[in-house]
Amino acid sequence: MWKFIVRRLLITMPQIVLLSILVFIMAQLMPGDALSGLIDPNIDPAAIEEQREKLGLNDPWYVQYTDWVTSAIQGDLGQSFRFKMPVTELIGQRLVNTFWLGLATLIFTYIIAIPLGITSGRYNDTLRDQIITGYTYIGFATPLFIFALVMLWVFGYSLGWFPTGGSVEPGLEPGSFAYIMSKINHLLLPAISMALITTVNTVQYLRSEIIDTKQKDFVLTARAKGASEARVYRRHIFRNSLLPVAAYFGFEITGLIGGTIFIETIFSYPGMGLLFMESVLQRDYSVVTSVVLLFGIASILGALLSDIILSLVDPRIRIK
Amino acid sequence: MHYTETESMVTNEEKVPSLAKIIWREIVRDKVALISFLFIILITSFVYGISIFLNQDEIVRVDLFAINEPPSENFWLGTDYGGRDIFGQLIIGTRNSLSIGILVTLMTGIIGVTYGLASGYFGGTVDNIMMRIVDFFLILPFLMIVIVFVAIVPEYSVWTFSLIMTAFLWMGKARLIRSKALQERELDYAQASKTLGTPHWKIMFLQVLPNLSSLIIVTMTLNLAANIGLESGLSFLGFGFPEDTPSLGTLLGYARNPQTLELRWWIWVPAAVMVFLLMLAVRNVGEALKRATDAKQRRG
Repeated sequence: MWKFIVRRLLITMPQIVLLSILVFIMAQLMPGDALSGLIDPNIDPAAIEEQREKLGLNDPWYVQYTDWVTSAIQGDLGQSFRFKMPVTELIGQRLVNTFWLGLATLIFTYIIAIPLGITSGRYNDTLRDQIITGYTYIGFATPLFIFALVMLWVFGYSLGWFPTGGSVEPGLEPGSFAYIMSKINHLLLPAISMALITTVNTVQYLRSEIIDTKQKDFVLTARAKGASEARVYRRHIFRNSLLPVAAYFGFEITGLIGGTIFIETIFSYPGMGLLFMESVLQRDYSVVTSVVLLFGIASILGALLSDIILSLVDPRIRIK
Repeated sequence: MHYTETESMVTNEEKVPSLAKIIWREIVRDKVALISFLFIILITSFVYGISIFLNQDEIVRVDLFAINEPPSENFWLGTDYGGRDIFGQLIIGTRNSLSIGILVTLMTGIIGVTYGLASGYFGGTVDNIMMRIVDFFLILPFLMIVIVFVAIVPEYSVWTFSLIMTAFLWMGKARLIRSKALQERELDYAQASKTLGTPHWKIMFLQVLPNLSSLIIVTMTLNLAANIGLESGLSFLGFGFPEDTPSLGTLLGYARNPQTLELRWWIWVPAAVMVFLLMLAVRNVGEALKRATDAKQRRG
């Protein structure tokens, strides 16, 4: 058990190092450097050169790389050229919004997936199952951003049930009840739109898990002992099918990251995804590299989390 | 076919139908797949056929006297903010989206299959190293990295776009092919061939590869659907096709403007419907192919 976790952790380290190298290469390929956002074009070029030397921008790449990694670990990700503020501070503001959006999406994903998956698996090949399978089939074929556009068009603009942008009504006192309600109100439509599409994976997975478990011998034993049908499902089948589904929780994080770029752009929701899009368009590259680095680390940790949960749930994985 | 000789020896028994025949039988049996298949054939021949007669420069030329017009007799699907005909853009856009989808699918297919085949065939340490690399790339936030590369690449064109997409999309296929190749290499025919001294590349490409063909066809079809969606998504965000080369994604990208989204549905809804129908149809065919290649699930 511990052996597996330690080995899995050992793989994570080189992954993060590789990611940092990739991001560093990307940063080097980008036009401009740490200075171009700060300087005034009227300054004497010799003075700029002196500054470059002082900041270590003329050092060989491996020295620059170690400097960059050291300051990143200490929480210094450079200056945003657009906002004229440290990237760490800027990301801090946006990260909170994306965190709430991600959390709301995950909650909705499981609220939708668990009842649908259970119904579909328990009554497989009935009309109910066919409707649910049809939904997952269409969900797989619908790109998230098109679905989100339609949702915004219908529920945001045409019906006017939800706000069409932002994360909170301006002018409200932070922390007050109205402020929190406004936050939730702004979250609902983006989160539901994303959840309705991303949930189809979980529904299908849960369905096939339940159909698999239904045929196991221990279910037969439970029935032979005279357990009621409800008890067989609740105590024996659901519990065994839900665990592997729960383990995929970590991989959901990777999916969410791709989704937030579309969802936040479409709903103009000020989170990390929108920050990333704005910064790419405005060539604010120190922000871009930081966001890629953070989301990359989040994905790697998500995969790590899933593998660890999976190994707890399924001992076969540990043997290797 | 390699086994014509053995087949002629067992003529008294029922002949094994060819893969193409099984696939065709499965598609005809499954009405949804048949309709999807006909739809794809119809749309592709229509957009590729018509676009020969359409002049792309003519369609994307700005006409300030016909801005944002709703559908009418002159413009079947209205015009965009530059007075450009949406219907013409939709046809050329569908063609461009299909072309790039097919191109990226083929390129990722070639790289992924070769990589996976080599990794699975050689096995051991080689496999271990090659798969760790794939694992790493699979975890990366794909969309963000593609967007960054699209933004920083100099002399951006449709070609560089498809190359960037390819560079980060072949890993899933490599992993799938590798797991199958790993099984194949243990089989007697591969082992016998190795003992006879057949060069590795010959065993890999002439003997193992044909046995994986059905798997490759199925994944490539399902990938095509995904790639059409991905292209339209990236173009929607403004990191795919440039505006003077219409694609389904660039048409959808107009909907990033709230006014277009709310009031001028004719610009983006047809493209949205087209992406959805294309992806659904290609997926339907892909699922039918999947059943055709798995004897347990076959309906025909």
